[in-house]
Amino acid sequence: MYPDQNGRFGEFGGKYVPETLMSALTTLEEDYSRLIQDTDFQKQLRYYLRNYSGRPTPLYYARHFTEHVGGAKIYLKREDLNHTGAHKINNTLGQGLLAKMTGKKRIIAETGAGQHGVASATVAALLGLQCTVFMGEEDMERQALNVFRMRLLGTEVVPATSGTKTLKDATNEAIRYWVEHVTDTYYIIGSVVGPHPYPMMVRDFQRVIGDETKEQILEQEGRLPDAIIACVGGGSNAMGIFYPFVHDLQVKLIGIEAAGEGIDTPRHAASIAKGRKGVLHGSMTLLLQDEYGQVQPAHSISAGLDYPGIGPEHAHLFTSKRASYEPITDQEALDAFVTLARVEGIIPALESAHAIAYAEKYAKTLPRNAIVIVNLSGRGDKDVHTVERLLGGELA
Amino acid sequence: MTIRGREAIENRLRQRGKRAAFIPFVEAGDPNEAYSLQLIVELAQFADVIEIGIPYSDPLADGPVIQAGSLRALQAGMTLKKALALIARVRAVTNVPIVVFTYVNPVIQYGPERLLQACTEVGADGLIIPDLPYEESEEIRQLADRFKLALIPLISLTSQERITKIAASATGFAYCVSSLGVTGERANFAADLEEFVKTVKAASPVPVAVGFGVSQPEHVRTLSAYADGVIVGSALVRRCQEIAAAQNAHQPELADKALHELIQFARSLSDAAASAE
Repeated sequence: MYPDQNGRFGEFGGKYVPETLMSALTTLEEDYSRLIQDTDFQKQLRYYLRNYSGRPTPLYYARHFTEHVGGAKIYLKREDLNHTGAHKINNTLGQGLLAKMTGKKRIIAETGAGQHGVASATVAALLGLQCTVFMGEEDMERQALNVFRMRLLGTEVVPATSGTKTLKDATNEAIRYWVEHVTDTYYIIGSVVGPHPYPMMVRDFQRVIGDETKEQILEQEGRLPDAIIACVGGGSNAMGIFYPFVHDLQVKLIGIEAAGEGIDTPRHAASIAKGRKGVLHGSMTLLLQDEYGQVQPAHSISAGLDYPGIGPEHAHLFTSKRASYEPITDQEALDAFVTLARVEGIIPALESAHAIAYAEKYAKTLPRNAIVIVNLSGRGDKDVHTVERLLGGELA
Repeated sequence: MTIRGREAIENRLRQRGKRAAFIPFVEAGDPNEAYSLQLIVELAQFADVIEIGIPYSDPLADGPVIQAGSLRALQAGMTLKKALALIARVRAVTNVPIVVFTYVNPVIQYGPERLLQACTEVGADGLIIPDLPYEESEEIRQLADRFKLALIPLISLTSQERITKIAASATGFAYCVSSLGVTGERANFAADLEEFVKTVKAASPVPVAVGFGVSQPEHVRTLSAYADGVIVGSALVRRCQEIAAAQNAHQPELADKALHELIQFARSLSDAAASAE
């Protein structure tokens, strides 16, 4: 069972944080292991997931996309139909309740695309908590609508102006703020990254995706799928859908990294294909860095994948060969974004479009009786503006 | 033969007797290699120990001032390898104990053993790794023992029941973090700081120094009454910004003046540490 008692997934994970946070992490670990078994906590979480977020989300057989591709049957796990438009709410409901039930009045969060920020702001409004979200200055520009959404929900959005002014730096700022306010503030990390127990906790709150998927595919097909495909930035939607299948060795698990302009250019976010072992944001993982360990800026068309590291459990699934990771470029993701909109009437988030793009390539190589499930982690409304800028002319 | 390593640091802090040791922090290569070398050599005339930061892209434990200093140094081309060479040049002209302050990722990339070996060779005496808590530090602790280098742990106001085991592991000195938060100048410190430092002193086999937020001679004087050493970083690094600005404006006289003022200021802090007697 991973993680071990030191928060390790094989050689990855752990707690590499300033001493000031160590007691808080230990307390969090204790609170979490107590509450996860608490019937009242579980009851409330189930209640909100069902009646507030709209779970279970459908597992949709994408007949038209399947016909378009001409290969394996492709199913879409519709996380885009969650309240706030992505899987992020599964985790923020869990951690928000944890914060509330441990008496915290204030939560903070980092955000890249703004999806986790919006999901945190939403839960803060729902549970009556104060909320501050750190967001890279560059991302605030790219995702202006989500900034407004958060403010509308009563959250303070603080621009991260250091470093690359994206998700990496927003996370640095959130951690720095937490160090100063650790006694009364709960930090909701949005992905399966950060020091132990976060990668485990976020995975556990997201595994509802995989648990439902398993039940749904058994009901619809009477068997497990041949492969599951999900995009990976930090990797929470992928970890959530992969985890319940980790011991079903016949199911291939495929994570899709953002290749940006190509993994042989300097502009990508492929931490597995191009990264080396090192420490980022409190855990040992694989990350993009130079020979001296300076963290290198990542690039992706999708702000949510624009991250130079990856969750430690993914690093472990990769090195232990239980999962494989494939790159998809900005252009391939854009094409898939349009394809899915045209053939299924579903506009995916640019992040999820990376998984769609790989599914298209991969399903082609499989027989028609094979089954592939794609985690459609979020909807594309937030990206319409970006895509319009890039493709507006071409579509007209 | 001159004593080096953890023993050099411990001796220096113990020799201070009633006065506290003055421990300035600067980033290697801030604002550039030449000024950095001159700055460190001049600080060495009166500092008891010098803390030299290895500039890093993601300095999690640092506030805006040291982040900016780190960035200036990186932009001027500083690397870990060059920083080690810089330390060797400092060591050639001064005996002052030197502590390398670095985040853990550069240590992992360089290789812990290779780095500690290199530290010994260039004449550095110890290391501070602010994002390497006790639980993750075993490998590096063992290497530090082997090379007789100090591995100086940070202890925080939130450490509570962790204090005993961390303090017991300290070599060189134990580093008490004065307040919750990242590095940066502060107007005042936690109310229970004195009690906290005394708790750490009781648990630590080596001297105990205080840092984070210390920026005025008055702070130094107060802390010197009960700490064995006082660390000042941001207040000095902020003044490096002035050297950088003058340099960028091609005004070398102004840059030299800013350097001189920085040294004068550091000297006033050092005098304050002595005045506790």
